[in-house]
Amino acid sequence: MYDKGKIIPGLIVFVGLVTFPIWYGLATTAGPLPNPEKPTNAKECVEPVEFMRSSHMVLLNEWRDNIVRSGGTRKGTTADGTEYVRSLQKGCMNCHTSKKKFCDECHTYAAVNPYCWDCHIQPKETN
Amino acid sequence: MKVLQALGIVLALMLVAYVGAALPGGRTLFGVVLPYLAFAIFIIFFIAKVMDWAKSPVPFRIPTTGGQANSLPWIKQNKLDCPSTTLGVIGRMLLEVFLFRSLFRNTQAEVHEGPKLAYGSSKFLWLFGILFHYSFLTVALRHLRLFTDPIPAFVHALEFGDGFMQVGAPVLYQTDLVFMAAVTFLLLRRLVLPNIRYISLVADYFPLFLLLGIGTTGILMRYVLRVDVVSIKMLTHGLVTFNPFIAESVTGIFFVHLFLITVLLAYFPFSKLMHAGGVFLSPTRNMANNSRMVRHINPWNDPSIKPHSYAGYEDDFREFMVEAGLPVDKELPPKEEAPAAEGDAPAES
Repeated sequence: MYDKGKIIPGLIVFVGLVTFPIWYGLATTAGPLPNPEKPTNAKECVEPVEFMRSSHMVLLNEWRDNIVRSGGTRKGTTADGTEYVRSLQKGCMNCHTSKKKFCDECHTYAAVNPYCWDCHIQPKETN
Repeated sequence: MKVLQALGIVLALMLVAYVGAALPGGRTLFGVVLPYLAFAIFIIFFIAKVMDWAKSPVPFRIPTTGGQANSLPWIKQNKLDCPSTTLGVIGRMLLEVFLFRSLFRNTQAEVHEGPKLAYGSSKFLWLFGILFHYSFLTVALRHLRLFTDPIPAFVHALEFGDGFMQVGAPVLYQTDLVFMAAVTFLLLRRLVLPNIRYISLVADYFPLFLLLGIGTTGILMRYVLRVDVVSIKMLTHGLVTFNPFIAESVTGIFFVHLFLITVLLAYFPFSKLMHAGGVFLSPTRNMANNSRMVRHINPWNDPSIKPHSYAGYEDDFREFMVEAGLPVDKELPPKEEAPAAEGDAPAES
C-alpha cells in the first residue's frame, strides 16, 4: 500500500463523519419523547387527530391567509357542529393553553421553529 | 433505451418498497434490516475500494496541468494550477474538492462553417454540478435533525438559513428547489446533447433517477402528503441509537424514500459515485510537479536489477557489435591476429 500516512487518516475521518449520528448518540443523552399535554375542556379538535398531527400548520396558514388577507370569518364549525374561533391564541390556545407543554414538545424534538411568534405576542409562562 | 432502463429500475425499486412495506414483516425489513445492511456495505466497500486504489503504485509525477510549470526565474509559475510544493498541492486539492476547479475549465468544441473548429468556455456543467453537490450536502446535514437528540446548533442554523424565505408552512427549503433543478439539468444534459447522450450509460442515468426519486418522495412527504415527522424521528433516531421502533403512522411513501436511500448507499461503493473518494487520489491533482527537482524512484523497481549504462552495454557486446559492423565508442583491444581484422572495421562511419 502506498501513501499509508495520508490515506488511512483520510479514511478514519471519512468513517468518523458518516457515523456522526451514532457516536453523537452515544455521547449525548436523548431527552424524553414528546408528550404534548392533552386539553381537559374538550375531547375533539377541529379536525381528526391524524390530520392535526401532520397538517395543523397548513390549517393555521389557511386561517391566516383567509382572515388577514381576504377578510374571512373568525367563526369555524367542526364536523359535529361545535363552533370554534379560527384564531391561534383565542382558538387553539383556548384548549391547548400552554405553548411550552403543547407546541414546543414536538417542535423542539423535530427542530421545527414556526414563525407564529414573529407577529403574535408569545404568552408568558412561568414554569 | 438506456434511459428507460434506468428509469424502469428506479420505478421498480419504488414499487418494491411500497408493496414490500405493506406485507407482513416488510416494515421491519425495509425500515430496519435493509438500512443497517446498506450502511455496512457502504462503509466496508468504500474502504475496500480506496484500499484497492492505494495498492496501485503511481510511478512518476504526472505533470498534466492547466498552468505554467516551475521553470526559469523570469517565467512566472502558476502556483495553484501547476504547483511544485506540497503547500501548492494542498491549495490545488482544496480548490478541486470544494470548488471543482477542473470542471470550471470545461470547454466546448463547436464546428462552424468553413469548417472551423472553435473552443469556448462552458460553465453550465460546473454551475449545476456545484449547485447539486452543495444543496445535496445541505439537505443531508439538515436531515441530522432526525438523527440527533439533542440537535446540534449547526443543524438549527442550517434549518433557519435554508427556510429563510419563510414561504408557506411547513416552510419551503431553498435547497429542495435547487437540488431538484440541478439534478434535472444534469439529466437533461445527458438527454438533449447528442454527443453526451451517445456516451451515456445506464450507470450514468441510474444515479440521476435515483436522486430524483429521493428528492421527489422527500418533497412529497414534506409539502404534499405531509407525514407525521415525530413518529419518523422515533424510527430514524432509533436506528442510530440501535433501538429502532416503527410507529403505525409511518406510511408507504416514507418506506419508498428510505429504500431509495438504502439502494443509493449500497450502490455507492460500486459505482461512479466513488469519485467522492477518488478525487483525493487523482494523480494529476495530488502530486507536485517537481520531477526536475526531486528524483522519484519507480515504486515497483526490482532492487536486484542494477542500472545498465550504454558503456556497460557496449562492454558486454563489443565483440558482436564489431563483428556486425556497428560503430563502437571504444575499439576492441588489439589481439595477436590483429592484421586480419584491420580492414573490416569501418571505424569512421
